[in-house]
Amino acid sequence: MKKNLFSTKTIVAVGIGAAVFVILGRFAAIPTGVPNTTIETSYAFLALMSIVFGPAAGLLIGFIGHALKDLLFYGAPWWSWVAVSGFVGLCFGLVWKKINIDEGVFAKKQIITFNITQATAQAIGWFLLAPVLDILIYAEPVNKVFTQAIVAGIANIVSVGVLGTLLLLAYAKTRVKTGSLQKDA
Amino acid sequence: MKKPMISFENYSFHYRSQAEPTLKNINLTIYEGEKIVIVGHSGSGKSTLAHCINGLVPFSYKGTISGSLKIAGKEAKDQNIFALSALVGTVLQDPDGQFIGLTVGEDIAFSLENDCVETDVMQRRTLEAAKLLDIDHRLTHRVHQLSGGQKQRTALAGVMIDNVPILLFDEPLANLDPAAGKYAIELIDRIHQEAKTTTIIVEHRLEDVLHRKADRIIVMNEGQIVGDMPPNELLASDILAKYTLREPLYITALKHAGCDLPADGGLEHIQKLDIDEFKDKLNHFPNTRAPGKTRHDAAPILELRDLHFSYRNGQQLLKNISTVISKGEMVSIVGKNGTGKTTLAKLLCGFENPAQGRIVYNGEDMTNNTIKEFSLRVGMVMQNPNQMISKHMIFDEVALGLRVRGVPEAEIKQQVNRTLKICGLYPFRNWPVSALSFGQKKRVTIAAILVLKPEVMILDEPTAGQDFRHYTDIMEFLLELNRQGITILMITHDMHLMLEYTSRAIVIGNGTILADDTPANILTDREVTKLAHLKETSLYALAVRAGLEHPREFVQQFIDYDREVRQHGSRNVILS
Amino acid sequence: MAAEMLSYLDRNSPIHRLTGATKLLCFLMWSAAAMLTYDTRILLAMFIGSLVLFKLSRIRVQEVSFVLILILLFLMINNIAIYLFSPQEGVNIYGTSHQLVHLVGRYNMTLEQLFYQFNITLKYFTVIPAALLFIVTTNPSEFAASLNRIGVSYRISFAVAIALRYIPDIQRDFQTIAQAQQARGLDMSRKETLGRRVKNTASIVVPLIFSSLDRIEVISNAMELRGFGKNNKRTWYSARPFSVGDFIAMAGVAVLLAVTLIVTFYDGNRFYNPFLAGV
Repeated sequence: MKKNLFSTKTIVAVGIGAAVFVILGRFAAIPTGVPNTTIETSYAFLALMSIVFGPAAGLLIGFIGHALKDLLFYGAPWWSWVAVSGFVGLCFGLVWKKINIDEGVFAKKQIITFNITQATAQAIGWFLLAPVLDILIYAEPVNKVFTQAIVAGIANIVSVGVLGTLLLLAYAKTRVKTGSLQKDA
Repeated sequence: MKKPMISFENYSFHYRSQAEPTLKNINLTIYEGEKIVIVGHSGSGKSTLAHCINGLVPFSYKGTISGSLKIAGKEAKDQNIFALSALVGTVLQDPDGQFIGLTVGEDIAFSLENDCVETDVMQRRTLEAAKLLDIDHRLTHRVHQLSGGQKQRTALAGVMIDNVPILLFDEPLANLDPAAGKYAIELIDRIHQEAKTTTIIVEHRLEDVLHRKADRIIVMNEGQIVGDMPPNELLASDILAKYTLREPLYITALKHAGCDLPADGGLEHIQKLDIDEFKDKLNHFPNTRAPGKTRHDAAPILELRDLHFSYRNGQQLLKNISTVISKGEMVSIVGKNGTGKTTLAKLLCGFENPAQGRIVYNGEDMTNNTIKEFSLRVGMVMQNPNQMISKHMIFDEVALGLRVRGVPEAEIKQQVNRTLKICGLYPFRNWPVSALSFGQKKRVTIAAILVLKPEVMILDEPTAGQDFRHYTDIMEFLLELNRQGITILMITHDMHLMLEYTSRAIVIGNGTILADDTPANILTDREVTKLAHLKETSLYALAVRAGLEHPREFVQQFIDYDREVRQHGSRNVILS
Repeated sequence: MAAEMLSYLDRNSPIHRLTGATKLLCFLMWSAAAMLTYDTRILLAMFIGSLVLFKLSRIRVQEVSFVLILILLFLMINNIAIYLFSPQEGVNIYGTSHQLVHLVGRYNMTLEQLFYQFNITLKYFTVIPAALLFIVTTNPSEFAASLNRIGVSYRISFAVAIALRYIPDIQRDFQTIAQAQQARGLDMSRKETLGRRVKNTASIVVPLIFSSLDRIEVISNAMELRGFGKNNKRTWYSARPFSVGDFIAMAGVAVLLAVTLIVTFYDGNRFYNPFLAGV
């Protein structure tokens, strides 16, 4: 199927995706036991949406979803991290054509492609962009923002690596043609 | 000579992803100003037919077309979805999905916004359309402040605002309580008469649709039209029974009574029946009532003692709820949308806590127990199976609860397989859940609860959105579980279900229990049906019109007889 | 799951009467000004200004107190973290060191550090009232129209409208699913091990995600059937025309932003340094 960047379906995917991102970010973060560090299911979901609907959708879901989450639940957006959410959403989606999840195949090769992409994108996003923006915008101490960003970045890379891969596997399975199934006695 | 608005000629459609064509060689002409009802069970192609008319096929759902479909004289496939939407206004089945705007006003104005109508003109026209549908005092309301009926009127206003010549309703009654459904049918009829729109209603609740006059009924089966005739003729025939479609109950009653149904008059509405013809036979309706089916001796399993519930904002939803459910009962919980039926169910599962009162299971006070503790005794099956299923394989989904409880894997295997056999899912145990139909998924969620061996099972709308065949499948299955000793509570809008399958109904209204009686008694009580938005059963109306001495008993007699016929007779549907 | 969400509070106030587009632009410019400057004088002026605006809006503090508590908590933790990581940041920035309390190692408390952290905190305090005001005084219906008016494409604007429309629905779904899964014995609390917790969360997240994906098709069909995407632009039912007040507000905040930029970067340093001035 031809997927154009801004079909009505993509627009709806961005809207619903942002809403789900907000809810997952607020309610489905798993505490790891390390203070202030959570496994963010919302980024695993973002990865799924980027791979299914492409980089433009990923960018918008990350940006809109994070901005709305901050606005609605915390009163004010933390713009530097909002921007990074958009950035990683965009990067996850760069390999959507290569992976082509709608074909129903998400095997070793695709898993490796996906994970290299997500780890690289998030490393750039969290280890570099987020702290630099924090310093530029909020003039916070260098060692503090880098420590925070690295901890969050590692947690996110791991959670997207595990949960994101699982979500994509689950999604790919729903795309499999069912004609070949046989009943077992 | 009437002008044809929609004409299918040797039309076939084959979805790209499917092995077989979904529509086969359709020939159908619908004339200007006609009112048509399309019936057929799921998978019969009736939705696809509707999608061809509004343009979702082929512009949104891709596939191969052969033959011709002309709408208002133009070939549909040569146009685009926007051109077709100017001719055909569609009211979709799911009012929540259809409701796109944040408020009623925005939702009604949606198509005008897309047409770049100036804001002030748009606001005026929106108000006019809203007035027409009596929703104008709710323009600023958001979707969750509306009842099902109000959502639907909003949707209707949203398509009426374009003055479309054709209106298409895709299962308009699916999410409405009986009274709201009746109102919807009256409203559709009023618009049909006033605006002279060509009207097409896809719906399997035929009796409810025929509350107002229709010109023709189209029956679909396996992608073909197997019936196209005026309602009266169809009701007199055996076409509906042949394709396991639900016929109006009073028609079934007349047939059971052995009446000859005339093909030329009065059958489509109970008030038009030539009742004198049938009086005699109805007076001698076979009495098969099984004696001594009382359950008063059974021990109470669940007692509710003066339950009260309030929202966090202090607004009271439920008060003075007291009742006793006995072991092995099958009870329906009915009432208007938004009266707290689902909340009551949540209280019974420990999802919510009552403001006061006690919940007692088997003599043990559970009021302050955790959800987990409740889950050892009571299982809840949600309305939408997609909201419960989290595993890819059917076996794993059913095993989930046992694995959480730490049951050894060998035992899990044994218990899951046994449950799958009971639920008729054993042959599919190695299938992915995604390959199942909606009804089968529903059964998976029932199995996933059943495997935990609850004493009480609560089901929220177990048959919503199911055609008669799947409805019968699921209900017979639940009945079988009930016979094996599980107490079953069902929340439902379906009056047939309540009459046919439950021995007792609890009516919730005005925040409390309005009535607690046999379904036959409740559905013949004008006061209660009105208060609780239920609908008096047509069986009762039939008995009253026929001047029977004991109309209430007639209703019960019919249910018992019909059950008998369906269990032993030709209409019995066997679980696959 | 009792977490509350900020939502529109209907009042009749001069702030409410401004169009959504005006408030959005003002909010963005105000945030930009507050983010760029570290000039204490400007921050103080903006903070006082934002309190005045808050008063004008007739929103009571109690109505947003649940978020305020969250923010204060966050600021406290953040301040402690800054001090732990970089107790001499202020000394580096301002170039002087006025020691107040002698503590272990580098953790001596200096006037400069306190002033620096005061500035950081103040920065939040200038943004928070403005952001809160923006959310609680802007009718969500107007939000998409506003984005479109300030130049965002109508398709993307509408995506934001869809998100606002469906957040409550998806929150309710989440709750329903979580309850259904807990009723099968899944424990979401901290009592479980991490691995278990991930698995249990997945059993809620997976149905939530897949049932939400199912909605996409229904909604996009409903939108196309009603002509969404037909033209290169669209109008908005909830759009309101600009009035004099809107122009005054926008001009006012634009001037504020300009002044901030000039004052802040005039001497090539974002920080106002009272310690140098005193020498």
